[in-house]
Amino acid sequence: MSIDIDTARKVAKLARIKVEDDALPALATEFSNILGFIEQLNEVDVEGVEPMTSVTPQRLYRREDVVADGNQPKAVLKNAPDAREGFFAVPKVVE
Amino acid sequence: MSDLSKLTIAAARDAMRKGELTSVELTDACLSEIEGASALNAFVHNTPEIAREQAKAADARRGADAPDMNGVPVGIKDLFCTKGVPSQAASGILEGFRPEYESTVSGKLFDAGAVMLGKLNMDEFAMGSSNETSVYGDAINPWKNDDRALTPGGSSGGSAAAVAADLCLGATGTDTGGSIRQPAAFTGITGIKPTYGRCSRWGVVAFASSLDQAGPMTKDVRDAAIMLEAMCGFDAKDSTSANLAVPNFEAALTGDIRGKKIGIPKEYRMEGLPAEIEQLWADGQAMLKDAGAEIVDISLPHTKYALPAYYVIAPAEASSNLARYDGVRFGHRATLDAGDGITEMYEKTRAEGFGAEVQRRVMVGTYVLSAGFYDAYFNRARKVRTLIKQDFENVFNEGVDAILTPATPSAAFGLGEAKSADPVQMYLNDVFTVTVNLAGLPGIAVPAGTDASGLPLGLQLIGRPWEEGDLLNSAYALERATGFVAKPIKWW
Repeated sequence: MSIDIDTARKVAKLARIKVEDDALPALATEFSNILGFIEQLNEVDVEGVEPMTSVTPQRLYRREDVVADGNQPKAVLKNAPDAREGFFAVPKVVE
Repeated sequence: MSDLSKLTIAAARDAMRKGELTSVELTDACLSEIEGASALNAFVHNTPEIAREQAKAADARRGADAPDMNGVPVGIKDLFCTKGVPSQAASGILEGFRPEYESTVSGKLFDAGAVMLGKLNMDEFAMGSSNETSVYGDAINPWKNDDRALTPGGSSGGSAAAVAADLCLGATGTDTGGSIRQPAAFTGITGIKPTYGRCSRWGVVAFASSLDQAGPMTKDVRDAAIMLEAMCGFDAKDSTSANLAVPNFEAALTGDIRGKKIGIPKEYRMEGLPAEIEQLWADGQAMLKDAGAEIVDISLPHTKYALPAYYVIAPAEASSNLARYDGVRFGHRATLDAGDGITEMYEKTRAEGFGAEVQRRVMVGTYVLSAGFYDAYFNRARKVRTLIKQDFENVFNEGVDAILTPATPSAAFGLGEAKSADPVQMYLNDVFTVTVNLAGLPGIAVPAGTDASGLPLGLQLIGRPWEEGDLLNSAYALERATGFVAKPIKWW
């Protein structure tokens, strides 16, 4: 399967990674190569096979629904590029 | 003095217990080795103050009752979050990030008295097989066969280089598709990836959550057993952590493998496999047979599809996991232009912060999960994964105890030699290791010989789920038979 430039642009947008227009053709070629490699999977008969959703046959561990940690706003905000008045700050989202 | 860092964990433990050696002496010896080894670019954040403090505490605790890892100086892969110490997964996007918490695995090691010398180089977000995608630059293999600088492998390249060069006694690694076993093989050391769920993933920067496992990288099998035991165990903070007792792995090392059935998978006899690796593999089979094991031919029919399935599943999970790097909560945020909104902030931050290979994999993952392709790619890959796991279950049900394969399709290659090539070529490095992650099994790489130019080569043993003790014992028997003791000649 060959990936065109518009598809490469769309994927970059979905992944929220800025890719300049002049870099798109090379990216599209790389995607095509990787997807070409992946296409081998079409040779496998997967009729009636369940997709693997858990590596080991165990139920996900569950615990009591109680507060185990928290009340640490300073620690939570410590690494934020922009934290103000106890909140994460971001560019204006709503007009 | 400088020879102290060459000790194994077992030898250092025994000497410290007898009072012949202090952790402070041992730690100082390692710190001075690290200082002299900047050419290897293995340690990327040194923590000598923490190390000396932990060493003093270990010496105070010393005695017959102290845990095995007490006072043992180790390196920690940069993928592990370590409280107050830079932990950036070798990525620019986590520059300046100092976690407010400790990963479960590193915390367990420190509780057992281990000493942290610093953080180790790796491929960015563990995506790579040569340590060339790191924001810190390449880690260098201490082994050489000519003037070229060789890769220590990846992604745990810094860990492998540090252990092989005797900068530390052991190191943590992580393995998503072979990232412990391939670099171990490239540097002549031992590395084990335990069963999925043995080591808690909590506090380890996530790459592909259904494949990631932590494990030790050490100078021999006994050390791997000792260090693994200290790293694993149930953790309520990881919902996939196994609530199983941790056995005494070192006690399993009897070296007696009489009557064990070792499977040789015919599908691993790949076309184009170098004759030296074929020979190494044949020699390994002969040695295990001499030790009393029964060698049986087995078939794992879906092996060929493991790499393509991996290169759907791992990028898909990565695209989801790495969505958290958005410039809001931690790490890098791009400088914005007037009028830029939140979308521009995300897009510029991620374009600046992620390297080329990480961007590529995040986008491939985004593509295979996107509407219209989810079934064709992601679900199909997960079905193939079921078949790969069944292949292993079938041979284990037939009584096979362990499977012997080469660890890598080549010895260490030159830095830069594979970089410009097609990314798919680099992915082939994991051809023998990636099946193990897909099936969630334990696998260990053991140094088994050298190629004609003197570079180390490794063999891999794959074990039954949760039977790391038995696997380590088979590896121990192989180690004793190969008698591999070669060390790199110091040039750094």
